[in-house]
Amino acid sequence: MDLQTEVELLRKVPMFAKLEPAKLKLLAFTSQALTFEDGEMIFRAGEHADSAYVIMDGEIEILSPTDAGPVVSGLLGRNELFGELAVLTNSPRSAALRARGAVRALRISDDMFLKLLAENSEVALDVMRQLSVKLTRTHHQYEELRRELERRTSASSPLD
Amino acid sequence: MEPTILKFIVRHSAREQVALLVMTVAAFPFLYLSLDLPKTIVNEAIGGSEFPRELLGHSLDQIPYLLVLSTVFLALVLVNGAFKYVINVYRGVVGERMLRRLRYQLYENVLRFPLPHFRKLSQGEIVSMVTGETEPLGGYIGDAVALPAFQGGTLLTILVFMFVQDPVLGAAAVALYPIQAYLIPKLQRRINALKKERVVHVRKLSERIGETVNGIHEVHAHDTARFELADYAERIGEIYRIRYQMYVLKFFVKFLNNFIAQITPFFFYAIGGYLVITGDLSFGALVAVLAAYKDLSSPWKELLDFYQTKEDARVKYELLYESFQPPGLLDPSLRRGDLTEVPRLSGVLRAVKLDVREDADAGSGHETSMSFRVEMPARVALVGGSGSGRKRLATIIGAVRRPHSGSLLVSGVDLARAPQMLTGARIAYVGQDPKLRAGTLRDNLFYVLKHRPITPVSYDSATAGVVAARLRDARLAGNSEDDTGADWIDYADIGVDGRESLEHRALEALTIADMADDAFALGLQAMLDPAAHPSLVERALQARAELRHRLDEPELAGLVEPFDPSVYNTNMSVAENLVFGTPRDDALRLDDPTASPYVLRVLDDTGLTDDFVEMGRSVAQLMVELFADIEPGSELVEQFSFISGDDLPQYKSLLARIPAAGATALGESDRRMLMALAFRITPARHRLGLIDAAMQDRLLAARELFARGFGDDAARPAVDFFDAERFNPAVSLQDNVLFGRLVYGKPRSAVRVGAAVREVVEKLGMREAVIAAGLDFSVGVGGSRLSPSQRQKVGIARAVLKRPDIMVVDEATAVLDGGSQERVLENLFREMQGRTLIWLVQHASLARRFERVIVLEDGHVVEEGEPQALDRPDTVFGQLVAAH
Repeated sequence: MDLQTEVELLRKVPMFAKLEPAKLKLLAFTSQALTFEDGEMIFRAGEHADSAYVIMDGEIEILSPTDAGPVVSGLLGRNELFGELAVLTNSPRSAALRARGAVRALRISDDMFLKLLAENSEVALDVMRQLSVKLTRTHHQYEELRRELERRTSASSPLD
Repeated sequence: MEPTILKFIVRHSAREQVALLVMTVAAFPFLYLSLDLPKTIVNEAIGGSEFPRELLGHSLDQIPYLLVLSTVFLALVLVNGAFKYVINVYRGVVGERMLRRLRYQLYENVLRFPLPHFRKLSQGEIVSMVTGETEPLGGYIGDAVALPAFQGGTLLTILVFMFVQDPVLGAAAVALYPIQAYLIPKLQRRINALKKERVVHVRKLSERIGETVNGIHEVHAHDTARFELADYAERIGEIYRIRYQMYVLKFFVKFLNNFIAQITPFFFYAIGGYLVITGDLSFGALVAVLAAYKDLSSPWKELLDFYQTKEDARVKYELLYESFQPPGLLDPSLRRGDLTEVPRLSGVLRAVKLDVREDADAGSGHETSMSFRVEMPARVALVGGSGSGRKRLATIIGAVRRPHSGSLLVSGVDLARAPQMLTGARIAYVGQDPKLRAGTLRDNLFYVLKHRPITPVSYDSATAGVVAARLRDARLAGNSEDDTGADWIDYADIGVDGRESLEHRALEALTIADMADDAFALGLQAMLDPAAHPSLVERALQARAELRHRLDEPELAGLVEPFDPSVYNTNMSVAENLVFGTPRDDALRLDDPTASPYVLRVLDDTGLTDDFVEMGRSVAQLMVELFADIEPGSELVEQFSFISGDDLPQYKSLLARIPAAGATALGESDRRMLMALAFRITPARHRLGLIDAAMQDRLLAARELFARGFGDDAARPAVDFFDAERFNPAVSLQDNVLFGRLVYGKPRSAVRVGAAVREVVEKLGMREAVIAAGLDFSVGVGGSRLSPSQRQKVGIARAVLKRPDIMVVDEATAVLDGGSQERVLENLFREMQGRTLIWLVQHASLARRFERVIVLEDGHVVEEGEPQALDRPDTVFGQLVAAH
């Protein structure tokens, strides 16, 4: 895989779609092309977040920690960007990620990613949009859970 | 040390000074003759009559007579010169020898200083005193007797000559001497006072520089550089002020002397002229007197200068004496020691009313008194809070410090009075921060075994002569005559039977100190000389083959791209692929091979030159495109670009110059600049798509040509090639075993491959040999290339190496991690079985594992006994244990 192919791949990532070609090229050149084997951990929960990733090929599982051990709570596919939230908030990784099958990914260093946001309002706006979507989704889930909880507590209270 | 410089000179160089004096006196008759002869020549040979004259039985006419006298004059000049030369050389020898003696004595005293003295005298001060302040003394000592004798004698000879010519003229020449003799010492006293002041300030300055260097982290961390500079400026300003005053006085003295010397001829012209006119003095005599006076001013000036030098030396010596002769200097007999056999320590360890304070702080703080008794061998824990005196006690048992009063007796011998020969060999004290010295790890381990030379080396006849001369010089200067080249290790005494078994024992000691893994890692990083480690190198090649198999196993597959002369390695740069080895010198540099004409010829011959220019152009264009907008100095450019931020504009203008015919039509230097970029491409990392399969094949052909050469005398740069059958001395042992490159883009590959290398090396039984190679690791100044915990481990390992009867561990495992501390404790328990181990424990709970506990509080023993018996809620020990 050479730089030009990577540039094409990056362009397919929605967040980077509107980036001018030179910027995209720089992003590709300064990123690290990594390969992961089936079952290999990309990172673990609690690790320091020093980079964001773009999947070029393959699938990655999101592992959420539960009392009964890690559980697969989501799946990421080709052209998806991940790990950028922890970079933005400068916080440790919230979940672990594991390769399902062979995976090729581009690793974008935190410096480069933040620089990209600072210099390209389009990209920054897109990040905001995505974050908002995630926030809304989380809020919905929260509301659902709250209602569910209320329903159960009201159902069980007469027995007390 | 002698209290004054005069006594020092008399005591140690009386014979040499007398010899100098004799030579000097012997020179005088010739000097006098050379002064007298001109008169005879002028008066008798030139102005005389009555020829022929009788000379030594020959009768001579005027001209031959003149020639003979002139020739005699010439001979006298030569004789005088020869005397001067011999005397000067000998004087230099005496001075340097005495300087060497003085420096040796100062250093010897430093080694005997009572430890509290080092609180008053910093390292910086000592260095400046031993090296700087002594320097002018050597010159003075050589001159001490001979110069005043010679110059005084010269002066006297000239004066006698003048008085003989005419008493009045002689008196005129010395008329102003009394004024000088009165004024100059007065001025000199003021200069001396300033000199003392200056020395004190310079010492303080050295101290401050030393402190700043040691505390440079603080300066950076707290931004105190400006304050430091201001403080420094003030200090050197003070020295400037003192020096300025000294100069004013010194040159006033010079001015006075010059002035007086200049006005004396006035008397000659006036009085001498008068005497010649009246006929009381011959014209020749006046000429001779005038010539003599010209000669007179030189010795007089020398004498006055000498006086100043003498005063300077006297003051300096006095100040040195004050600093280097503190009260409580260790008795030299304790340090020398002349036991024929060093006894083992056994029996009872007993403290009797031990006051653990030192002499220096006896005035402050309150009296302490410790008494206890331990039957050896024993495993004893010292327990107590800070201020309990436990640290002091540990250093007293370790024979590092001496108590203020009371005594610590080991089988009846008071340790404070025992020769260091005994304590140094039988007691091993390990402190928290063992001081290492620049040298290898091995040097530092064996350092503690070097008490005295044991086996002299046999030198070949040529070297033996040099060594003998060196020792003779040392003897003449009162220096140590021990040969550092001899073997200083008493193998039998530490229970080994020679160098080889000591090496083996060193590995044991490292294992006991939990340092073996560290040494193993250092050994893997070491570069080995195949000639010095033939068997290790051979096994490294086996390990290489073994690792190749391991790397084919599924969990390691694809992590390493091995070196193969017939395969292009995509994880190496183009330059590395072409050379396929490690250049031995700077004639070929992998970061820019275009500087090597040989490389350029290889490219030309394989038709690659134009391709390199083209590839370089592509890279340059990409770099300019990517990085031209990035602000200069950005980390991004330095980290990723092929072209440094500084060179980017240059390449930009180069690209603009490319003619229509293409980059290959550029000038030679432009083409080379582009080619240099092509050499840096590492395909797996840069993913530029420039090195395709066809290009790889052509580069392999170039690699082959590079190694084969041209068959003519074109010198190939010296390279250690990557050869599967050969060990490459230019890369580390680990890289030799690996024999390949880690593949880019494999997370954590370095860790996984590193573990595999270690496994293979251990499996092949190379561990010991690798550790031995690790012992050659150079630890840096003060052991700075080792971590603090590694330094502690070295301290413990070398204490073990001594096989001491008593080992004192003074919180010496403090910075080790928990697991390591535990291993060291267990290992030392086992190692010191049947011998005495005294451990100053940080946490009282640890004391439960010892046979005896001594609990200290406020400089007194409050409890003593078996830990099981003492571990109750109502004891101090019980409470200390509970506190953790």
